[in-house]
Amino acid sequence: MTAATLGPGKSHGNVNDVLTIDSAIVDAIVAHARRDHPDEACGVVAGPIGSDLPARLIPMDNAARSMTFYEFDSMEQLRVWREMDDNDEEPVVIYHSHTATEAYPSRTDISFAGEPGAHYLLVSTREPDSEEIRSFRIVDGVVTEEEINIVDATVDA
Amino acid sequence: MAIEVRVPTILRSYTGGAKTVEGSGATLTALIDDLDAKHNGLKGRLITPEGGLHRFVNIYVNDEDVRFLGALDAKLSDGDSITILPAVAGGALGFAAAAALLGR
Repeated sequence: MTAATLGPGKSHGNVNDVLTIDSAIVDAIVAHARRDHPDEACGVVAGPIGSDLPARLIPMDNAARSMTFYEFDSMEQLRVWREMDDNDEEPVVIYHSHTATEAYPSRTDISFAGEPGAHYLLVSTREPDSEEIRSFRIVDGVVTEEEINIVDATVDA
Repeated sequence: MAIEVRVPTILRSYTGGAKTVEGSGATLTALIDDLDAKHNGLKGRLITPEGGLHRFVNIYVNDEDVRFLGALDAKLSDGDSITILPAVAGGALGFAAAAALLGR
């Protein structure tokens, strides 16, 4: 992991095959996943449209409250999606946890993946002392794993 | 009768890239038929072959989830605003079990 300089242009490398994300956001996602374990946790990280930079963490309720399934509450989702629209933001990262299996998209994850522009971040909390964190693009049913570039202090989280 | 419909990124391939389209209809079913006539194939992404609302999308009339308004029978009026969002769901559970759990 190297500290990247984030700015205009493509120097930060978020071009198709890398998710660049602030360590404070990753830490907060892991904390959310641990807090809700053994249920699955889920949420969004919004960022300015076109930036591909996850900037604003929005933990969401898992309306299913299940160890093996997550679902955004539809009304909460409408509020959050409107808010992003008003802020000229988009969902840059959609995250959820798997609590007994690996951090790899399940068939269910692939079937539901409806944001082709988003990075799908999965956290596995099956090990009590360490987390597996992996990121994927899911477009038209095709899963492509990508690198995660964790950087410091790109946002105030 | 004009009803504004906000289309999510994943369905904009059906609307020539348009974020917002207009349609008409007294019910959600009628609106979707009207939209499908102009944007061929859209209906198949919103309604299952069995004729129910697809579990992969959420549809809202103004600020309400249509599942609370009678789903496809929801009554629409001129000036209503429809928002379609991809349902965000998933998890380690097998797909068939997840679909059964969702009951849609």
